[in-house]
Amino acid sequence: MSDVTAHGASVRIEHCGKTFSDGTRALEPATLDIARGETLVLLGPSGCGKTTMLRIIAGLELPDEGGKVLFDGKDVTSMPIERRNVGMVFQSYALFPNMSVAENIGYGLKIRGLPKNERIARVAELIRLTNITGLESRRIDQLSGGQRQRVALARAVAIRPGILLLDEPLTALDAALRDRLRGELNRLLRALGITAIYVTHDQSEAMELGDRIVVMGKGRIAQIGTPREIYFTPRNRFVAEFIGAANIIEACLENGQLVLPGGRQPITSRINLAAAVAMVRPESIRLVEAAGAALSGVVDSVTFNGEKQRVVVSGASDKLLAVDAPNQVQIKPGDRVGLSISPEAVRLLPPED
Amino acid sequence: MQYGASSRRGAPWLMSHKFFVRLCLLPLVVVTAAFFLLPMARLAVTGAEGPQGLAGYLAILVEPRYRATLINTVLLAAATTLVTLIVATIAGMFLQRHRFPGRAVLIAMLTFPLAFPGVVVGFMIILLAGRQGLIGDLSNRLAGQKFVFAYSIYGLFLGYLYFSVPRVILTIMAAVQKLDTGLEDAARSLGASPWAVQRDVVLPALAPAFVASGAIAFATAMGAFGTAFTLATNIDVLPMLIYTEFTLAANFSTSAALSVGLGVITWFILALARSFSGSAVAAAG
Amino acid sequence: MRDRLIFAGQLLFTLIVAAFLVVPAALSIVAGVTMSYFRGISSGVTLQWVAQVWNLYAGTIALSFLIALATLAVTLLVGVPAAYALHRRGGRLSRIIEEVITLPLAIPGLAIALALLLTYGSFGEFRRSWLFILVGHVVFTMPFMVRSVMAVFATVDVRTLDEGAASLGAPAWRRFRDVIVPNAVPGILAGSLMVVTLSLGEFNLTWMLHTPLTKTLPIGLADSYASMRLEVASAYTLIFFIMIIPLLVAMQLFAEKGRAT
Repeated sequence: MSDVTAHGASVRIEHCGKTFSDGTRALEPATLDIARGETLVLLGPSGCGKTTMLRIIAGLELPDEGGKVLFDGKDVTSMPIERRNVGMVFQSYALFPNMSVAENIGYGLKIRGLPKNERIARVAELIRLTNITGLESRRIDQLSGGQRQRVALARAVAIRPGILLLDEPLTALDAALRDRLRGELNRLLRALGITAIYVTHDQSEAMELGDRIVVMGKGRIAQIGTPREIYFTPRNRFVAEFIGAANIIEACLENGQLVLPGGRQPITSRINLAAAVAMVRPESIRLVEAAGAALSGVVDSVTFNGEKQRVVVSGASDKLLAVDAPNQVQIKPGDRVGLSISPEAVRLLPPED
Repeated sequence: MQYGASSRRGAPWLMSHKFFVRLCLLPLVVVTAAFFLLPMARLAVTGAEGPQGLAGYLAILVEPRYRATLINTVLLAAATTLVTLIVATIAGMFLQRHRFPGRAVLIAMLTFPLAFPGVVVGFMIILLAGRQGLIGDLSNRLAGQKFVFAYSIYGLFLGYLYFSVPRVILTIMAAVQKLDTGLEDAARSLGASPWAVQRDVVLPALAPAFVASGAIAFATAMGAFGTAFTLATNIDVLPMLIYTEFTLAANFSTSAALSVGLGVITWFILALARSFSGSAVAAAG
Repeated sequence: MRDRLIFAGQLLFTLIVAAFLVVPAALSIVAGVTMSYFRGISSGVTLQWVAQVWNLYAGTIALSFLIALATLAVTLLVGVPAAYALHRRGGRLSRIIEEVITLPLAIPGLAIALALLLTYGSFGEFRRSWLFILVGHVVFTMPFMVRSVMAVFATVDVRTLDEGAASLGAPAWRRFRDVIVPNAVPGILAGSLMVVTLSLGEFNLTWMLHTPLTKTLPIGLADSYASMRLEVASAYTLIFFIMIIPLLVAMQLFAEKGRAT
C-alpha cells in the first residue's frame, strides 16, 4: 500500500474566472483553498461552472486574466496539464481503446520513463487495489462500465499524482453500481491520503465523499462548508433547495415569530422583518394534535415511501408544506393536523436579490 | 512533489498544445496554398488576360460557339443525372429490400466499375457501341445494319451513365437501409396502397440522397474529360473545348476562363446540393 | 402473384443494368487474351497481347505505382496531422481550411491541371519530372485522406483521449503518436486505399501534366485506345483490372466493416 500512497499537495485558486471565446461567462472569479489530503466536492446543477473550475485546476483551461492556480504555493497557472502531475478521472473515462487494461494503467509510468519491472509491479498493485485482477490483458471494449471506471481510477492514481481530479466519475453507471463504487472510492481516497477534487451533480455522492462541499450555481460559489454545515445551515435559498428537500416559507416576522396563515411559528432570533424567507426541512416537522397546536393545517396528500411517509399539508404556510411522518402513523387527506417545529429547525435565509 | 519535472523535455512553448496543433496544420496549409490556391488564382487571372480582358469571362456566355457548347454540356449532364437517378433508384431499392441467392454477386457486379477512370469507361463504351462493338455486331446479325454510336454524344451519354450508376446505386442503397420501416408500416396501417406508400413516404424520405447523388452525377458529367477524350475529339462538350483551346489553339486565356467557368458551375451545383441535403457532396474523378 | 411479377420485373431490370456494366468489362478481358477479336474466341487464346503490353508499357505501370505510393506517403504525412489539428481546433478557420482543401473534389481535374501548368509550367526541371504529376495527385487525393481520418475522429472522442493522455503527463507529440494515430487507424487505412486507388486511375489531371517521359498507366491506356489494335488495348485494360480490383474489394470490405460496427 505504501507504494501508491502519495502525499497530497495543497491547492489554491485565486480570482479564477472563465469567459469563453464566444463571450459566455462559465465561471465568475472565485478564490478557494484546498488543504493537503482533503477531499473537496464541487457540487451543482449542470452549467454551474463546476467542471470549468476543475478543468482550470487540471490545466485544461486557462483562467481569465488575473486568475492564478497554485499547487503547494507554487504558481502553475501557465503550466499545461501534462506537467502538473495531476491524476484525472474523466466522466467518459478516456481509456485508450488501442491499449490493454495494463497498458492503460502503465501509460503514465511509461511516459515518466519508469523501468519496466517497476512499472509492472506498480500496475499489478493498482490492479489488486482496484479489484480488477484478471482483466490485465483485456481490451477496453471488453470491459463493463464498472470495470472501466476502476481502470480509469487505477490509471490516474498510478502516476502518484499530488492531486486527483474526478469529473463526475460515477455518472455513467447505473444506480446500484454507483452506490457500491462510491463506497469503494471513498475508502481508496482515504487510504491514499491524496488531495482529491471531485465534481458531481449528485448531492448524496457529495455528502458521502466530501470533507468539504463547494455548492455552485450560475458560475458562482454559493457556499463552502462541511456536509453538515451545508445541510443544516444553508446560506441562501439556492443552497437550501439544491441540498435535500426544503420548505421555503415567505412570511412577515413579528417579535421572533413567523406569521403564517395556519398560526405562528417562533424562531431563535427576535428580530422583526416585513418579508422574511425561512427554511424548514420536512424531517424537522412533527405532526401533533390539531387542537391546541400553534400551527395547523389540512392534509393535502400522503405518499408512502417505506421508511417514512411524505405528508403534504395545506393552509399552514403560504405554500404547501412537506412533512416527513413515521411510516406507522395513520393519516389521510382531509385530516386536520397540528405542526410542531422547534425554533432551532427554522433557518432564516437572506431575502432574494 | 515536483511539478514541471518533465520540463527537461524542452522549452514549455515548444511543446505547448496550441503550438503542436499549429505545427500539425502547417504542412497542409503550405501544400494547399502553393499547389492549389496559388495556381487557381493564377488561372483566374489568366482568364482575364486575353485580348478582351475581363470580358473574356463573358465570352463563355456571349460567343455562340462557347454558349452552344455550354448548353450542350449542361443538357448532357442533366440527362445523365435524370436517367442515372431513375436506374439507380429502381436497382438500389430492389437490392436493399430483397434477399435472394446471388444478391451479393449482383451488388458486386454493379459496384465494381467504381474504380474505373473515365478513359477505361470510354473504352467500355467502344467495346459496346464502337466499330467492333457488341451492339453493332448484334444489330448487324439481326437487322443487317451496324449500329455504331460510341463516338457520338449518345456514346458519351452512355459512358457517363456507366460512370455514375454504380456510385448512385451505393448512395441509394445506404439511404434505403437507413429508412425507418416503421413509417411505411404506419402508412400501410392507415390504408395506403403499396404505390401510395412509395410515393408518399419512401421517395420523399430518399430526397436528400437523390439531391446529393444527383448533384455528384451532374457535376461529374459536366467536368469529365477522360471518357470524352477516349471516345472522340469532335463531341462538343466543355472539357473537350477547354482541352482543344489549350493544347491545339494555345489559347491560354480562353481555356483558363472556360475552366474557371466550369469550376464555378460544378462547385456551385455541389454547394447547392449540400445546403439542401446537409451532407458532404463531392464530384468523382 | 402481383408481388412476384413486380419482383421479377425489378430483378430483370437490375440484371440488365448489371449486364450493361459487366458485359463490356468481360468483353475486354476476353479480347485481351484472344488471338483475333474480330474472328472471336475460337481463333485461339493467347497471352501475346499481354506480353506485348508488358514490353511496351511496363514503365507506365511502374511509374503509376511510384506515384501512387509517393502520393500516399505525402497525404499520410501531411493529411493525418492536419486532420487531427482541424478536428482539435474546430472553429471557423478550421472549417474554412477544410472547405478549401475539399474544393479539388468539386472542381474538374482539367481546371486544376491547367492552373498548375500556368503557374509552374515554366519551371523546366520540375515540369519534366514525375513530381509534377505527384503534386496534382496530392492536391486531388488529399481531401479523401483528411476527411476519412476526420470521420473517425468524429466517432471516437479524440479530445477526451488527448486530455486523458495529457493528464498522465504525455507531451503533445507523444499523445499524437501513442493515442491519436493508433485510434485513427481505420480512417487512415480507408483513406489510404482511396488515395492509392484514385492515384492509380487518375487521368484528367495526369493527361495535362504528363510528358512523353512521365507516362502513367491511365495515360498509357488512353494511348493504346487511340493507337493500338483492340486486343492490345484490351490486354492493357486487363492488367489495369488486375491491379485495381483487389483495392476495390478491400475498400468494399472496409465499408461493410465500418457499417457493421
